[in-house]
Parts: sequence; structure tokens; C-alpha cells
Amino acid sequence: MRRRLNYGFAALSAAAIALATTGSALAQKKYDSGASDTEIKIGNIMPYSGPASAYGVIGKTEAAYFKMINDKGGVNGRKINFITYDDGYSPPKAVEQARKLVESDEVLVVFNPLGTPSNTAIQKYMNAKKVPQLFVATGASKWNDPKNFPWTMGWQPSYQAEAIIYAKYLLKEKPKAKVAILYQNDDFGKDYLVGFKKGLGANNGGMTLIEESYEVTEPSIDSHIVKLKSLNPDVLLHISTPKFAAQGIKKVGELGWKPLQIVTNVSISVGAVMRPAGIENSQGVLSASYIKDALDPQWDNDPGMKKFLDFLEKHYPEGNKVDGSTLFGYGVAQTMVKVLEMCGDNLTRENIMKQAASLKDFAPDTLIPGIKLSTSATDFAPISQLQMSRFKGEKWELFGDIIDAEGGS
Amino acid sequence: MSAVQDVITTPAAATAAAPVTRARRLARFNATWTAITLIALIVAPLFVKNFVVFQMTMVLIYALAVLALNILTGASGQFSLGHSAFFAIGAYTSGILMEFAGVNYILTLPVAALICFIVGFLFGFPALRLSGIYLALATFALAVAMPQLLKIGAFEHWTGGVQGLVITKPDAPFGLPISQDMWLYYLTLAITLLIYVAAVNLLRSRSGRALMAIRDNQIAASAMGVDVSLYKTLAFGISAGITGVAGGLGAIAVQFVAPDGYTFQLAIALFLGMVVGGVGWLPGSLAGAAFIVFVPNIAESVSKGLSGAVFGVLLLFIIFLVPHGARQFAIILQNQFLKFKKT
Repeated sequence: MRRRLNYGFAALSAAAIALATTGSALAQKKYDSGASDTEIKIGNIMPYSGPASAYGVIGKTEAAYFKMINDKGGVNGRKINFITYDDGYSPPKAVEQARKLVESDEVLVVFNPLGTPSNTAIQKYMNAKKVPQLFVATGASKWNDPKNFPWTMGWQPSYQAEAIIYAKYLLKEKPKAKVAILYQNDDFGKDYLVGFKKGLGANNGGMTLIEESYEVTEPSIDSHIVKLKSLNPDVLLHISTPKFAAQGIKKVGELGWKPLQIVTNVSISVGAVMRPAGIENSQGVLSASYIKDALDPQWDNDPGMKKFLDFLEKHYPEGNKVDGSTLFGYGVAQTMVKVLEMCGDNLTRENIMKQAASLKDFAPDTLIPGIKLSTSATDFAPISQLQMSRFKGEKWELFGDIIDAEGGS
Repeated sequence: MSAVQDVITTPAAATAAAPVTRARRLARFNATWTAITLIALIVAPLFVKNFVVFQMTMVLIYALAVLALNILTGASGQFSLGHSAFFAIGAYTSGILMEFAGVNYILTLPVAALICFIVGFLFGFPALRLSGIYLALATFALAVAMPQLLKIGAFEHWTGGVQGLVITKPDAPFGLPISQDMWLYYLTLAITLLIYVAAVNLLRSRSGRALMAIRDNQIAASAMGVDVSLYKTLAFGISAGITGVAGGLGAIAVQFVAPDGYTFQLAIALFLGMVVGGVGWLPGSLAGAAFIVFVPNIAESVSKGLSGAVFGVLLLFIIFLVPHGARQFAIILQNQFLKFKKT
């Protein structure tokens, strides 16, 4: 009896040694709270109510996407438990919800919380708790700061990255131009301005810059446009939110002025900007995109778009394919699943951040072909490429190559 | 428990008991409940997660702001839909002093109170010319304007503009072996109790009676020799000052101030808290605050897309079933208690 026991012990220790020597190559299951053999808990904070509730669609799309993944068997056999809360776009509420997710629901990661104020409010807490604040839904450039905030990562191209792309385009197409920049005097506008100058490089790349700012409280920016016209620049860069972009394009049209105009990706809505500005005034306006437009016929036979439409039909019938937020939610949820797949059986928070920082040329279905996500230990900005587009007729047409804000174009 | 019980008429007791014993019983009833609530508030944090302690801290903070509103509306009869503005001023005062001047967080609170008192007092002057819904609208304008004022470029160096300010959370002092959340909770509880007792005493004092006289009949009050404009502006100042303390505590608890945290929705929430708690009934502030913190979460758990509608339905139920809020509930309880004792 005793001998048998000893044999058993020997066999066990032999197995243990074998396991130890084969090392980590043999998948060892490691979990932090929020992950187990059967489940991965993912937390999320969205403005389902309040002033930014239109973005709530993103959270709903993500929930539907994860449900589809679960229906197909989950990620490495584990079901995703997606817990999403409403913060009404209020920072104090976002703190409450983040704490609820981390301390009460004990989620593995907080994924894609939306809004610059809400994310700023929870960033310090998330990093102190060492819980990933992954793929935040905001365009501010401050999320790419792995040194100070190793637990926070962005997803979409930052405002600065986008501005760098405009700078690169102008350097190539309109060297030595006189560029007028009309920007909104807040963090949004200044982020673009900084990025644009960064993109031009030393001595503004030989360009002449005219900077003019407006306050978001001003009822009309017409006087600024008139002033800029008198200085006679070749290019007019509208760094403005939709309402002001529409006013600006309209006034330029009324003055019979024909500079090359660029509007930011924030203000490319046909319904909210181009139509109010006047379709004829908007012809030839430039911008840049990274997400496909479901109405654009060029994607009719695109495999990624087909997968997306298939998802909408089968798993999210109430979703609106025209709403860019739906395509956004799909793309970012797909990235999350990709990271979880890469983690394998090592579902610790540390490994999640490590894998999220090791994305290599990943292309979600809803991004424009050629735009790929890449990250590294020092690069926490997954998307840094966009493609230029031109407004023609009643819609945007992509043109030119994909431009990368980071490397050479 | 009966700070200003004359706002609504207490339903007559079923039978006329000897008035002396009835009053004594009521007092004992009230004392019992006060003690139970107090003990619950002190003991509960020891048994729950830190996150719940944080939520309870937020309840106390909002309770303080609702209490302030109650003094203004319940006692002096002036409406305000603008208390989010004072809350914001208090929060920014604390935040800026802590982050830029390195002032101890506790010392920032009296400063926040003082600044808000002055602002509220000054705002009280134009408010003198307005009453009822017009005053409500004027204060509403203040609430709508405040988030934008906080974004003004000239002050951006201090306010952080749209980005707001991140505040460092204080540790428990003297090496006490409790978490930051727990410490902040007990600190908030102590401050809330202090202000609550002060408020109850204020309303029982000469000044309190003067305020209520103004509320009930301004002309009669001034005929009695009450300086109407002084008391009205003072009520505004005191109310704003207390709200400022709440704002400062809120900033420390949340560790962040930004214009988006103090929109008019906060003002409406505070107003709602006051109505749900019972206008003019100070203990109701706690119930009202609990309502504005927890009920949106309940509504959200019922339906994500329709959380606003669910919240609205719950609110309608309350307005129809217990129009005087938590206070009515307390009175029903009281009467049941008295009846029970009689038999």
C-alpha cells in the first residue's frame, strides 16, 4: 500500500517536472479575476443616456458582436460576459461605474469606455488598480502614453495623427502653400493644430501659416472667414465641429472664394455638414477616413463589408448600417476578440496588455482595406493610417494611397 | 426629525390621545429612528466592498447638496434650479487649491464654503426681484452657463479647460489602518452630521422662523419687522455655501473635476432629490440623495435603451403615490407606530 503510494507520488512529481521543463510553451492556464475556464468578463461604460447618447449604438453593437462570438463557441472555449453600464457622459458617474466594474463585477478588462472627459476621470484609478482600460473611444492623443499610463490604450486614429496626414498630403500636393487654419479654441482644436505643425516639420515645411481661432460659444464664424479671405491663402483648414464646419464652408461659397478646403473627420457627415453648407459649396472639399461607408457602392463586393452586413442581418437586426458608430463598434469589438485569442490560456491582465501591444497588421472588417492595426510596447496608438477623400456629388470618394501618420508615407 | 414640520399638515392622529404623552411618544419614536439611521450609517461601511463605500460617500455628498436646497426652498420658499453651479464652484475651488496651492484637502472645504457663500449671497440680490418660476428660470440660466464658463480660455491654466483637473485622493491620516474610501466616507459623514445639526438649529432659531415667515407671507413678515431682503439673500448664501462644501467633497471623492460633471442635469437631479425626500424636511435629504444615486442604476438594469423612460415611470409612481416623498412615508410610519402603542 505504502509502496503504491510512493509510486504514485513519483509519477506525479515526474509529471510535474516534465511540465515545468517543457516550460511555458505548454499552455499553462493563468487567470486574473474576471477570467476562468468558462468565462471572460469584459466591462464597458457608454453614454446610453444624456447629451452623447447617440454613441450608445457603439455599446449595443459590441454586445451583439460578443453574443455572436458566444453563439459560435466563444473565444478558446470561453464565453464572453459583456457588462456594459451607462454613465450619461458624466465623469463622476463614469468613476462610479468603473469602480463597480472593477470592484463589484470584477471584470478582467474595461473595454472601449467612451468620451474624453469620462476616460480622463477613470484613467488614474484604472492604472492604480492595474486593470486594462483598453481601446478607449476618444480621439485625444494623450492615450498613447505607455510610460506613464501602461494600462491605458486608444484605438481610433488620434486627432493629431489625422492632422499629420493632412500636413503630409499638403506637403506633397501643395508645397510652399499659404495655409489658413481656422480652429476651435479648445483641446479638440489645439490637438489638431499641434498635430498639423508636427506633420509639417521644421519651419512649417516651407509653408506660410495663418492661425485663426474661434470660441465654441460664438454664434457665427462668418467674420473669421471674411478676415481669412482678405489674407488670400491657398488652403483653408477647418478644424471645427460639425455646426461650424457647415457655417464655414457655406460662407466660403457665398463669398465666391475657391481655396482648397479640408474638414476634419469629425465633420464629414453629409446630413449634418455638407447638406446644410450647400451641396454645391461642398464640392471638392477634402477630408480623411479610416472606416468604410456602408452606402458607398465600391464596398458592395467587399468581403469585410459582406461579413459586417451578415452580422447586422443575423445578430443585430435593429442596427443601422448607415450609422458610422455601428461600423466602429464592430471593428473595435473584433479587435478585442483578436487580443483575447492571442492571449490563449494566459488570461491575466498583464498578458492582455502585452498582447494588445503586440498587434501586427491586424485588419478589422469595417476598416478601409489597407488600414491595419499595429502596436508595440512603445506605441499604444493602434490605428495611425487614414485615406484621403474628396466630396463629389453627394458623397465622399476615397482617393490616393493610405497615408501613415507615423512612418514615411 | 421634525425640523420644519409645518410645511404640510400632519394627518390628524386617529384618536386624540393626551397631547403630552403623544408628543413624548413621538419624540421617542423620532429619537429611535435617528439612532438607527445613524448606527446604520456608521456600521454599514465595515461590511461592504470599497465600491459600495464610495457609493455611500456619494449619497452623503448629494444629501448635503439636497439639504442645502431644502434650506433655500423648504424654509425660505425660493426656488433654485441652479445649484449645480455652486456645486461646481465648490468642486473647482477645492480642486485648484489642492493641485496648485498644495492646500490640505480638509482646509479647502471652508474656503469652498466661503467662496460659494459670497457668490450665492451676491446672486441673491438680483434674485430678490424674481420669485416663483421666474427665479427658477434665472437660476436655471446659471446652471446652463456654468459648464461653459468653466471652459473659458483665460482660466484654463487653473481649471484645465475641457480636460478638467485630476485630483490626488487623500490617504487616511495618522496612519489609520483603513482604506482611502473608508476614511473619506467617515470624514464626509462627520461633516454632513455637523452641517445637518447646524441646519436644524438654524431653522429652529429666530432666523429660521424669520425665513419661514417670509416663505408663508412676505408682507406679514416684513410688517413684523423681518428684514426680508437680508434674510432672503442670506438664505441663498448659506444654501450655496453648503452646496460648495458638497462640491468640494465630491471633487475629492471622484478625484476629478471637469465641466461635464456639473451640467444642469445635476441641478435637476438635486431638485429631484429634494422633492423625493420631501420639500422642507431635512432628514428626507438622505432619502432623496439615495434616490438620485441608486434609482438610475436600477432603471438601467431594467432596460439599457429605455433607462430614461423607466426612471420617469418610477418617478411618476412616487409623485402619485407619495407626493410628499419620503416625508409622507415617515408620517405614515409614525401614525402606525402611535396606533400600535395605543392598542
